[in-house]
Amino acid sequence: MSRSRRRNLQIFRFAVFVVMGAFFLGPIGAMFEFSTRGNSVNAPRTLSAWTAIGTTPGLGDAIIASLELAAITSVMMLVLVLPTMVWVRLRLPQLNRVIEFICLMPLTVPAIALVVGFRPIYIWININVTDSILALSLSYVILVLPYSYRALDAGLAALDLKTLTEAARSLGAGWGTVMLRVIVPNMPSAILNASLLSVALVLGEYTFANLLNFENLQVAIAYVGLTSAGTSVAVAVASLVFAFALLLILSFVGRPPVPVSKADEADLQTGRMVSLSGGLIGRTGR
Amino acid sequence: MTADGSAGRSGVEVRLEDLTRKYATTTALDRLTLTLAPGELVALLGPSGCGKTTALRLLAGLEEADSGRVVIDGEDVTNVPANRRNIGMVFQAYSLFPHMTARKNVEFGLQMQHVGPAERRDRATEVLDLVGLSMHANKFAHQMSGGQQQRVALARALAIRPRVLLLDEPLSALDAKVRARLRDEIRRVQMEVGITTLFVTHDQEEALAIADRVGVMQSGHLEQLGPPTEVYSRPATPFVADFVGLTNRIKGVVRDGSVDVRGESIPLVHPDVEDGPATALIRPEAVSLATNGDLADGPLVGTVIAVAFLGATSRVTVDLGDTTVLAQMPTSAATLLKAGTKVRLAMRTDPVLVQREEPATTTP
Repeated sequence: MSRSRRRNLQIFRFAVFVVMGAFFLGPIGAMFEFSTRGNSVNAPRTLSAWTAIGTTPGLGDAIIASLELAAITSVMMLVLVLPTMVWVRLRLPQLNRVIEFICLMPLTVPAIALVVGFRPIYIWININVTDSILALSLSYVILVLPYSYRALDAGLAALDLKTLTEAARSLGAGWGTVMLRVIVPNMPSAILNASLLSVALVLGEYTFANLLNFENLQVAIAYVGLTSAGTSVAVAVASLVFAFALLLILSFVGRPPVPVSKADEADLQTGRMVSLSGGLIGRTGR
Repeated sequence: MTADGSAGRSGVEVRLEDLTRKYATTTALDRLTLTLAPGELVALLGPSGCGKTTALRLLAGLEEADSGRVVIDGEDVTNVPANRRNIGMVFQAYSLFPHMTARKNVEFGLQMQHVGPAERRDRATEVLDLVGLSMHANKFAHQMSGGQQQRVALARALAIRPRVLLLDEPLSALDAKVRARLRDEIRRVQMEVGITTLFVTHDQEEALAIADRVGVMQSGHLEQLGPPTEVYSRPATPFVADFVGLTNRIKGVVRDGSVDVRGESIPLVHPDVEDGPATALIRPEAVSLATNGDLADGPLVGTVIAVAFLGATSRVTVDLGDTTVLAQMPTSAATLLKAGTKVRLAMRTDPVLVQREEPATTTP
């Protein structure tokens, strides 16, 4: 590649970076600006909306509940999906397409339709088991299935799963050891991708919680917005920044410190692309 | 590895009895019976899909047999899961755990056996020494060559002191030179440890070079099992003759326990064949060529078509008019031969097999 062509390419990359950066940061900057306005037109800048986050009734509980839901959903998703995918790939490869179809199906069903389906189940759960908001994690696992499936699928595709598993088995490892000591350590970026996507999706979820009468972070933001627009926007900015921070972590953490094979690199690239697009859909679509 | 068997005990007997394995409509293994003597290395040789890998996987416990038994050291392990069979295995694909160093890979099996850290370290060092890789103990798989990875895999398999060692085409992903070197190394280690070993390969040279006995398989059956020299020089079936080494197929007539091939009488491996037309299967090295003497037209006089230089030996293709014949000879003897040279064939009178079918040309 000639020097001038390389320079032009760099300029083009920089231009794309600036435009895309402005596209993402512009609205957040505007929200931040709004959240620091005073009560009147000429009032000085104030952080009162931000300091009110800690004192607004119910908001702290909603934040904690959403973080708990995010953590529980991620763990449940991993415990449910990863062993299933490994087992199907090893023992029932003919079911691979079926599992993929099932996992991707929630993408095609609108959230409102899912809630209608869930409602009778949650009524029963509320009466007979628990009325805790943490029960929402059951439906959130289904919500995050398509994104986590894609991330884990990319990770598993980069492994010679059959050979590694059989090697471990022949060395005396049981299935639990194979999962925890051979498979999981060899796909850290895929697992991180899947987990962080789940966290981002759960933190941004509104429809399920609102229609099932639970107060998570997004529902609380909506309520606060009725009485204090500034605080509502401040919380929204904080949650967006938190989600972006997670996605940034996803891009930089989990990269092997040593040179990796082409297959691994392909995996990382694929995983990152899936996760970023999934994250954005999660923030805007649900 | 020490004589007291620090990487293994003295070998044990392994028996595969009437093993059958079917996949949907195909029978991968059809009542296979095979016994490995203690400390013996048996190579299963055959084309893709002949069932050799299935046999090895059934022995490893990685697949379940539809019927039959697997007996190791007198113990029926047919229903014992793979992780409780204490069998070491080296795979065709590179199977080192990518997130572990060579040493950690070797220690993995020992951890599964709850061996203490100090002993684990000692034993890992010992087996890595055995395969000549103690200098690379702290390297990850991606920092090693294919040959080194397979040697670590061998060390890892031996570290657990397995009762049986299984090698599933461990050399097929390597280049020719490394393959030959590692093949000899595997044999050296196997003999040093004295472990009963089943080696699966589709490479006849590999099987003949490494094994105490070679089993040639086809369509789930064991066609012949015997020492390499016997399998090569006295093939039991036309398939074995075809598959192991090159074979000329020349039309002839069976008469009184020998076959008449273009005027030459050659004894048969199985003299009880009925008289009549047949195809004789003759090794290229049993054919010699003369460029002097009577070169007048006759059934054994032909023209050289090509000379292939193979190093110490050369392979000459001769056109006899109605068929072509391969002759293999020392390169020094083949230097005078060029395409177009007239030659007279002579055939060594080693016993040969015959096949009752339409003769074809030489098959590789």
